[in-house]
Amino acid sequence: MSEMTFVQACNAALRQELDRDPNVFLMGEDIAHYGGMFRVTEGLLETYGENRVIDTPISESGFIGMALGAALAGKRPVAELMFIDFSLVAMDQIHNQIAKTFGMSGGTVHVPLTIITQGGGYKGAAAQHSQMLEALFLHVPGVKVVAPSNPADAKGLLASAIRDNHPVLFLEHKQLLPVKGEVPDGEHLVPLGKANVVRPGKDLSLFTYSFSVHMAMEAADLAAKEGIEVEVIDLRSLDPLDWETIEKSVKKTHRVLIAHEAHARCGVGVDLAAQIQKRLFDELDAPIEICAALDFPIPFAKVLEDEVLPTVPKILSAIKEAVGGRW
Amino acid sequence: MSRVNGENAPPEQPIQGQPIQGQPTPDQPTAEQFFRTMVTMEIVEKSLTRLSQSGDLRGSLHLAQGQEAVPAGACAALNKDDYLTATYRGHGYVLAKGCDLEAVLAEVLGRSTGLCHGYGGKMHLFDASHGLLGTNGIVAGGIGTAAGAALAAKIDGNGRVALTVFGDGAINQGHAHECFNMAALYKLPAIFLCENNLYAEMTPLDRSHGNTNLTERIGSYGIATTQVDGNDPVAVFQTMTEAVARARKGEGPTFIEAHTYRTIGHYQADPGTAYRTQEEIDEWRSKNPVARYQAMLGDKGDAIRAEVEEHVESIIKKVLSSPLPTWDSALVGGAK
Repeated sequence: MSEMTFVQACNAALRQELDRDPNVFLMGEDIAHYGGMFRVTEGLLETYGENRVIDTPISESGFIGMALGAALAGKRPVAELMFIDFSLVAMDQIHNQIAKTFGMSGGTVHVPLTIITQGGGYKGAAAQHSQMLEALFLHVPGVKVVAPSNPADAKGLLASAIRDNHPVLFLEHKQLLPVKGEVPDGEHLVPLGKANVVRPGKDLSLFTYSFSVHMAMEAADLAAKEGIEVEVIDLRSLDPLDWETIEKSVKKTHRVLIAHEAHARCGVGVDLAAQIQKRLFDELDAPIEICAALDFPIPFAKVLEDEVLPTVPKILSAIKEAVGGRW
Repeated sequence: MSRVNGENAPPEQPIQGQPIQGQPTPDQPTAEQFFRTMVTMEIVEKSLTRLSQSGDLRGSLHLAQGQEAVPAGACAALNKDDYLTATYRGHGYVLAKGCDLEAVLAEVLGRSTGLCHGYGGKMHLFDASHGLLGTNGIVAGGIGTAAGAALAAKIDGNGRVALTVFGDGAINQGHAHECFNMAALYKLPAIFLCENNLYAEMTPLDRSHGNTNLTERIGSYGIATTQVDGNDPVAVFQTMTEAVARARKGEGPTFIEAHTYRTIGHYQADPGTAYRTQEEIDEWRSKNPVARYQAMLGDKGDAIRAEVEEHVESIIKKVLSSPLPTWDSALVGGAK
């Protein structure tokens, strides 16, 4: 094990896969000569050369579309979208082309393509640089989505995403990029579709992912002081979902809170709640609670941003709401 | 014939790629071969029109009658493993590229024996074994795919080229321009073939382009540009052959503007007469490449047409009795 930041762990995963498979190559804005806006690709041009680490113009629709073509021509491209907010100018390519190719071709054509991007707020980056847009990618079938919360998972999930024969969106969070953690040396893979119980508890299942895991853990610590034992589950992978872990936890606690930073409306929480009530209705002792961003563009000033985005106090309130009259 | 506009081509290419491996150069087809390719497209389209009217064919049917010479000439200049992306009007390209007629018709008619087992349909044809990386329902949607395949070919140095075909309407999509720029920047072995049939769906060129000189617009990116009579398969073949040679030599992309005309409507419910004069349609009908070749070939042409008609009819009969697709739940969720 080595201690490294989330960014260094992503870099290690890219090196691991670039070393392993000559068809892996990277493309994106400022990723080669500059080393990446967030340093995820630092030093890779020097090691792997210009045929495998390619700077692109600011043309998200163009280079994401080209990544698809390269994937269909036998390569295993990794395209970096500097901010997930910028994915919106490439949505025809992502939703109509990349996501649909496998299905439209009747399963005759695979698209081994990874999109690395980052999102998230709490940094004063305002409405067009702070979003968590994972629900948009989940809504249209055909792209898998992973959103790790720590460096070890980042390395393992990014490597698994690159090896997958389908498109995968790998979602970093800007608050997590400098976070340090122990990361396994050598080859490290975390399979897609495996959640992680990061804190066991008996009173409430709190499903979350990405940076929200850290706020959920803080809120769970505070709840424990009031005698509420929260089980915190880091979903890690939003598609595919780990139903085995979700079911096991709900059958233990019978109460559910879903916390995420993305907007509430039509989001992961709403979808997960619908699926849990359908699959596990008899297990539930209380309505499912969701703690998510208000349905409003993310404001700039900190006091306003804190109104819109989830915070530790808001998650703690939601915990108390979810456990209802028992305390 | 070709020219490169713009004097500010990047001095150093951002991607060097691998040394290019040798690739064979296809011979120019004979007149009979060109006619056979073109008349097949015409007969297939007429059969599909009939099947649309009878209800055997679902969905929209975008026809390309009058434009047969462009795919016939263009695809003849490609090898089987060169890449192709085309449009919803692209079935002629798919056939000219060598994809199996029965598998194509089975897909168009929604049968399990289709190229995509009935999941794609007429607008979404894929056949990796012939380099076909998709026809497309989105205008300009497949241009990036072809540019990306060209990027892969350049990185690997395998000498393959990628052809993408689109209409004059696609020139007004931003995605196309992003790809033109990157193809020039990276000197990709890509060929951008624009079928200028004077109308983007129902709107004429001069009501949708601020500058109707398309080669001037695209040439400004530092791409070699050229224009060709799109109703002459030999001219298209020769122009394509030059573009393919340039691409294989590592000299970068070419934009070809093929002047042609769709002598029928945009799709099966459009007679094509509300926005065009009958005189204009008649003038272009007189330049129809299939009729011209048939007249040129005389009895031989008549015999080929009769033979192809019989062949297409027998395949359609077979396809219509082929099994319907079966739902494969294993395709869901990307586990397969």
